[in-house]
Amino acid sequence: MNDQAELVKDLVTEHGIKREKLLPILQAVVEKDRFLSESAILKIAEETKIPAADVYGTASFYTFLDTVPRGKYVIRVCKTITCAMKGKNQILMALEDFLKIKLGETTPDKLFTILETNCLGWCHKAPAMLVNDDVYTELTPNKVVDILSSYKLKVDKE
Amino acid sequence: MTTKTKQLNRIDLIFKNENDCKEILKKSFDRTHEEVINEMVNSGLKGRGGAGFPTGLKWKLTAEEKEQTKYVICNADEGEPGTFKDREILTRVPHKVLAGMAMCAKIIGAKEGYIYLRGEYKFLVPQLREELKRFHHIMNELNLDFVVDIFLGSGAYICGEESALFESMEGKRGEPRNKPPYPTHCGYLNKPTVINNVETLAHSYTIMKYGAKKFRELGVKDSWGSKVFSVSGDTPIPGIYELELGMSVQDFVDDFGDGDTKAVQVGGASGFLVPRKRFQKSHIGYQGKLTGVSLPTGGSMMIFNSSRSMYNVLNNYLDFFEEESCGQCTPCRVGCQQLLKGIKAVKRGEKPAAYLDKLLKLTDTMRLTAKCGLGQSVANSFSSIVENFREEMIY
Repeated sequence: MNDQAELVKDLVTEHGIKREKLLPILQAVVEKDRFLSESAILKIAEETKIPAADVYGTASFYTFLDTVPRGKYVIRVCKTITCAMKGKNQILMALEDFLKIKLGETTPDKLFTILETNCLGWCHKAPAMLVNDDVYTELTPNKVVDILSSYKLKVDKE
Repeated sequence: MTTKTKQLNRIDLIFKNENDCKEILKKSFDRTHEEVINEMVNSGLKGRGGAGFPTGLKWKLTAEEKEQTKYVICNADEGEPGTFKDREILTRVPHKVLAGMAMCAKIIGAKEGYIYLRGEYKFLVPQLREELKRFHHIMNELNLDFVVDIFLGSGAYICGEESALFESMEGKRGEPRNKPPYPTHCGYLNKPTVINNVETLAHSYTIMKYGAKKFRELGVKDSWGSKVFSVSGDTPIPGIYELELGMSVQDFVDDFGDGDTKAVQVGGASGFLVPRKRFQKSHIGYQGKLTGVSLPTGGSMMIFNSSRSMYNVLNNYLDFFEEESCGQCTPCRVGCQQLLKGIKAVKRGEKPAAYLDKLLKLTDTMRLTAKCGLGQSVANSFSSIVENFREEMIY
């Protein structure tokens, strides 16, 4: 059995076969793989006895449950009004510049994905972004470079 | 006739450092359910998420249900643009929120509770788990069989709508249900459920501690008490402020504006835009027989100064709604798309200015026919922006 199949099996054992547990299971797989692959969805369907179409249908509703491959670090830049007013575009440009990819793309080394997202709830400290679950606020183009460099350093050390 | 407006008044109740939850809960458990419900009803507390349903009535209706299994849910899916106060409450005074949940659980007879936390706030989970440990310890000491767990959302604004939230917790797409039946009768897993906003629950603790009478010393008729506001945009002092309800937008702008305030968006993207000429006549509070216009809000106050284009603001909101519409009902799904396309076409000169009137008619239809609050409330910001800043939409 491969890693993923094992992970799904463990998750289903932990949470039990209940429709109410579907979201936590999907979230746990995304936390590890950063997205839900077709094989993961089929495996979850098999283990939970929920039709695969329902599993996919549920997953595809939620912004954070990606069904296409993402990098190890998913960057979500807030694009809602206050962040937009306080320089979201400059932040996006700094990210694109530094990572040499465009919005929506993933770096060839599969480390970073740049996405936009709706209000993160940090309007008083705009602009803001998420890197996976971590929040960064009051961003400036320089600060963005520092943050990404620290992630790169972390990866190099691993 | 007495004027029912208040000066702007900063309050320190919600974030006040108080660590007597156990004592307050014990006090409330010693009283009869009827007494506690009356206290809540008399306080006049209304839902602080924005919809403003009377909290005491919600508890009362659920308590009257005969079902054995009931639930208490804390709605922490704070997603309205410009709102961030619930995160602050959960960070600084989570014990007050949990105390509110326990009070409610005791009265309605619930054994399980959930905090539905938006995925964007996942970093709060470790500290909330610590707080839950302390809380469950108190529950043991007070002999109340009530357990609270955290349920994480995954980035869907619509899940803040109560019935969509239940669907999401049930492992489904977060699509709102038809109403009725209402949650008090048929909520999570089709059981009677009290679902309250984070701040509402924290206020319940305050009411239990100080009493309904004290609570009503603040605020105005139909809008008693204080409210936590999230202030952002063109202001030198963005942040979280607890203010007395009933103040005029003018007073608010005098304190928080940057001296060049053009408009204030009250209640987030689903709320209303108040232009400068209406600052004086508009008040912050729930719908009632106020003199002038009263504006309900979940606490989002976004300030725009004269450097901002209201076209850009509306474009941003519509972009938001078009993405966050669950797609279930046609008025909202297609309506949001058409509004966005429409204002762009007018701006580019592809459609005549009069096309804006057609779009306004479309928002009327959405207000009437959309299934849930999302689709219905798109009309609020759209009409208040287009009617007040029509020339900015065209030129």
